[in-house]
Amino acid sequence: MRKHLLSVDDLTVDDIATIFATAAEMHDVQRREVKKLPALRGRTVINLFFEDSTRTRSSFEIAGKWLSADTINITGKGSSASKGESLRDTVLTITAMGVDALVMRHSASGAAQQVAQWVDASVINAGDGTHEHPSQALLDAYTLQRSLGTLEGKRVLLVGDLTHSRVFRSNVKCLTRLGAEVTVVAPPTLMPSGVDTWSREAGFATSYDLDEALPKADAVMMLRVQRERMSGGFFPSAREYTVGYGLTRDRLAVLGPDVPICHPGPMNRGLEIAADAADAAQSLVLDQVSSGLAVRMSILYHLLAGEGAS
Amino acid sequence: MSAPPETTDEGRVVLDARDIARALTRISHEILERNKGSEDLVLLGIPTRGVGLARRIAERIAATEGVQVPVGSLDITLYRDDLRQQPARGPQHTEVPPGGIDGRTVVLVDDVLYSGRTVRAALDAMRDLGRPDVVRLAVLVDRGHRELPIRADHVGKNLPSARTERVMVRLDEYDGHDEVRIAGTGTGTGTGQDEVGGA
Repeated sequence: MRKHLLSVDDLTVDDIATIFATAAEMHDVQRREVKKLPALRGRTVINLFFEDSTRTRSSFEIAGKWLSADTINITGKGSSASKGESLRDTVLTITAMGVDALVMRHSASGAAQQVAQWVDASVINAGDGTHEHPSQALLDAYTLQRSLGTLEGKRVLLVGDLTHSRVFRSNVKCLTRLGAEVTVVAPPTLMPSGVDTWSREAGFATSYDLDEALPKADAVMMLRVQRERMSGGFFPSAREYTVGYGLTRDRLAVLGPDVPICHPGPMNRGLEIAADAADAAQSLVLDQVSSGLAVRMSILYHLLAGEGAS
Repeated sequence: MSAPPETTDEGRVVLDARDIARALTRISHEILERNKGSEDLVLLGIPTRGVGLARRIAERIAATEGVQVPVGSLDITLYRDDLRQQPARGPQHTEVPPGGIDGRTVVLVDDVLYSGRTVRAALDAMRDLGRPDVVRLAVLVDRGHRELPIRADHVGKNLPSARTERVMVRLDEYDGHDEVRIAGTGTGTGTGQDEVGGA
């Protein structure tokens, strides 16, 4: 495995299998009374988040702590970044304290890649703009693989705001690499430009019609409508979006009770996913959270535990 | 963990299948004698081959006592003191039997006892899982060269060896046949590290 985790492209199929195997063992730790493993004792992990996050940040923080690393959170608001310090100065200052890993989220696509060239520490991309979010893709694939048994040949539907979604980009790479047949569904205004070329190369399908794609799905992943990244005009109204692309109660009935539903969170209940679907027995939303912790423990372990790490 | 790579020096067999069977039968009886029966016993094998050995000991105890002793596995990868000296290896499976280990007599089972570092790591790992009343150690082979104040309670065979030699334990469940070999005598090419059984 490489030193950094910046993109799903950094991982071979074997790397992914290794991460999943270790995650399965880490999963058991969550059920223990003493949730502590000594593997990263003496390592320091900094969560550097320039964008808001609940689950990713706390998940990486707990993952680090359960592996006995010292973890510290720095957020954009309330750090020197808000005083006008450049990203380069911020990360150089932090890493000068002797940090082993930077878990980083930033609104600029490519920010983690850039930072990886500046610092000696391992850099884990926890979301860069609309580019990638590799740990999310790994935990989604891990969750679905546990639920479906395998991803090989499974038809997975990704639905929603694809233009603004780094989760979509990382997920398509990860799922197709593991053999899933991926179809992405979005209204024309939220289908990223250039997706045709990419989908031909990467081997996934695109669709504007959720009702046509839904009955064939083995699993459905709903993506969040990212209003904070929209300058408006992507769809006429929230109601209209829901009618066309939301996982409504009617669509849930079409799906049947056995098809797993994922959502990376945070959910806009009533917009892209109805409460009935979010809380259905087949919803994996909370499994994604607990799997996310196990997968992130595995990522930190493989990047930091061995020889040559820092 | 993969099987050890084939070497030109296959060494010599020090225990064959029947020797291993006899040693395990004796160890099983010793465990029962020492414990005055099978009450509160839990066998924890250290992956990979310690788990197979623990299962075999449990079968023998069941045959003698008519009681199925709980068997689990205890992986020590995350507790090794040399984690940073090698590329990160994925942990193997840890499985604590349903009754847990609190207040039990735990017998740790491993294939080779060498430096004692694996056992130390196992004791550390166990501390995060519970608090046994007593912990004992059973090994198929004790090859000496301890680096820590650790000894086995039950030993299949004491095998004096040079650090340059390699001791290879092969078990039917993993390797297709049962035997213990020692190789590398006097060649000086050994790493001093077992490929099987670890430190």
